[in-house]
Amino acid sequence: MSETAMARAARATPPSAARRIRGLSDRAIAWIFVAPTIFLLLAVNIFPLIWTVRLSFTNFRANRPNAEVSWIGLRNYTRILTDDDIWLTMQATAHFLFWTIALQVLIGFALAWLINRKFRHSDMWTTIIVLPMMLSPAVVGNFWTFLYQPQIGLFNYAIAFLTGADPTSFSMIGEVALAPWAIVIVDTWMWTPFVMLICLAGLRSIPDTIYEAAECDRASKWRQFWTLTVPMVLPFLMLAVLFRGIENFKMFDLVVQLTGGGPGNTTTLTSIDLKREAFEKWRTGYASAYAVILFVTVFGLASIYVKALNKVKER
Amino acid sequence: MKAAIGLSAIALASALGAKGAAAADLTLCWAAWDPANALVELSKDFETKSGHTMSFEFVPWPNFADRMLNELNSGGQLCDLMIGDSQWVGLGAEAGHYIKLNDFFEANGISMEDFIPATVTGYSEWPKGTPNYWALPAFGDVVGWTYRKDWFEKPELQAEFQEKYGRPLAPPATLEELKDIGTFFQGREIDGKTVYGAAIYTERGSEGITMGVTNALYNYGFQYGSPENPYDLEGYVNSPGAVEGLEYYKALYDCCTPPGSSDWYMSEDIDAYKSGQVALQMNFAFIWPGVEADPNVGGGKSGYFANPAGPAGHFAQLGGQGISVVSYSENQEAALEYIQWFAQEEIQKKWWSLGGYSALKAVVEDPGFATSQPYAQTFLDSMAIVKDFWAEPSYASLLLSMQDKVHKYVVAGQGTAQEALDGLVEDWTEVFEDDGKL
Repeated sequence: MSETAMARAARATPPSAARRIRGLSDRAIAWIFVAPTIFLLLAVNIFPLIWTVRLSFTNFRANRPNAEVSWIGLRNYTRILTDDDIWLTMQATAHFLFWTIALQVLIGFALAWLINRKFRHSDMWTTIIVLPMMLSPAVVGNFWTFLYQPQIGLFNYAIAFLTGADPTSFSMIGEVALAPWAIVIVDTWMWTPFVMLICLAGLRSIPDTIYEAAECDRASKWRQFWTLTVPMVLPFLMLAVLFRGIENFKMFDLVVQLTGGGPGNTTTLTSIDLKREAFEKWRTGYASAYAVILFVTVFGLASIYVKALNKVKER
Repeated sequence: MKAAIGLSAIALASALGAKGAAAADLTLCWAAWDPANALVELSKDFETKSGHTMSFEFVPWPNFADRMLNELNSGGQLCDLMIGDSQWVGLGAEAGHYIKLNDFFEANGISMEDFIPATVTGYSEWPKGTPNYWALPAFGDVVGWTYRKDWFEKPELQAEFQEKYGRPLAPPATLEELKDIGTFFQGREIDGKTVYGAAIYTERGSEGITMGVTNALYNYGFQYGSPENPYDLEGYVNSPGAVEGLEYYKALYDCCTPPGSSDWYMSEDIDAYKSGQVALQMNFAFIWPGVEADPNVGGGKSGYFANPAGPAGHFAQLGGQGISVVSYSENQEAALEYIQWFAQEEIQKKWWSLGGYSALKAVVEDPGFATSQPYAQTFLDSMAIVKDFWAEPSYASLLLSMQDKVHKYVVAGQGTAQEALDGLVEDWTEVFEDDGKL
């Protein structure tokens, strides 16, 4: 390149943004752009978190702003961890999480696999299947309380039709043995389509050529399913499990509408219990400690899970 | 009283006249239920006379406490007037949500002696039993029972009941008799339809089962605390009588309620009764005008009786509310005018005629009151035996613990009555310790 051409090119190149804004460096300008977001993040996420941790060591009550606030050390944490009712609540949450995720993954994957066969009107069926997840949880909760009514509920009549039992002889949301399953059934009905859609995306991302190569190698359909389909859909499935796990850990509206946490506290999930402590009993300090314990639990489990997910993706 | 109210009315009228230019838009907050609609109608008179306009914020019962207490706790200015539940008075007073009305009452000739004593204690006083008033009794209410008079009068049922229990099929005098009646109707075919014994309160989420079970507990010997020290709970909350009372309520739930009634409160009980599912219904008295007006169960088909006595006494759970001025309101003057207007005898009479339960003695002690409605005498009988839940500032914690313990035993069938009440003593003690009262 000649001297003149270089000079021309240099002239054509605009001066750096930094020089144009009173000598600021590019890094400084980048910070200016990022700072509002970081400030917002600190204000909305980090500060409340630190504040919650601080409150968890006090007897503060948000509905008594004039009352004296005392530092009570680990008392809130000790009370929570030694409270049998809270452990029952944790068990109820674990039961709900495990069974909803297990059923949604199994049924969701099966539905996705069927829909992926591309039969006649498969698009219409996809639309019909995803309808429940488009409804409001409050509406679904109310709707299912009617379905579960022993005297007029269709669910009880369907069970009675299939088993010959008296429809009024059992109450899905009123009996200790059945209520935990009642909420699992409704959540599965509502959210299986979500898992199905994610699985469907995974199935459709597998190139046909891989199956054609497997056919050439005379791999059976069963073998193709276990060695090609499942491993290639697994990252999608794990993502669905993560989403559903996070969502169901904070499940509130649907269960409150369905059972109110009862009978007794059989279906009182941690989020319901936490809300009662924080905004009905107004034990803010205690509820903060409860929230910190849950946060650490979820954060720990989610971190382990995300690491596992990344490993699966790398394979 | 009449003279005082008359003078007040004149003072109010002149004050209102002078304030014509400063008309305010007052917002009154209450639960969304039939009496609220009656109050809207009643308040038109206030609007005409005062020149102020009224807006209303009504919230359905299951969310009423949540919504309104959040409003108060956040110092919100939505409500100028609050018809808050009786149990809120302690919090309203101690947290500074309500303004104290003593001076206002005195200046305007409003005397608490003119109101039913139980409603003054229940809705207005804090601390209880002291002349410190934070509300004007607005709506007297109490848990009572409704029964299918037309079914009770069927000769074949009367004969069968007489043979089985050795007494006529009539409104029960005791809780045990009530259980017998519930058992008698449970699963029976009447007019080609299967019916059940009783709709009782079992709701878990807000206050339902507590408002129901106390009607049995009180009458079997449950007390909130020792007479000397109200926070001394051991042996009172979990006394042998209280345990028996809790066992009774569970037995009533097991023997005599419709299938699927594990989470029922006011509206579910009303629906079950009006649709002809049950012979008996436990509910607050506010529903009675609606029962009378109902085409299926009204017009003489229903009767009313006070909560029956138990082996240790005769009590009923107090409901109802007082009307308070919210301290965060910018329209306190106008809100006080409303209370002054509402306290007048003629307005209270109109309130009763519209379906609101007046707590003014001049209304309920009027010779014609007891016969003015089929349920009026039952209302009077019930108001004479009321007892209320805690009204401490921490009432929500106390209430939710009770909801939890009682529902677990009565509906879920977990543990024993003794364990439930021992657990309640533990929880309540912890609450009072946190409040520095123990």
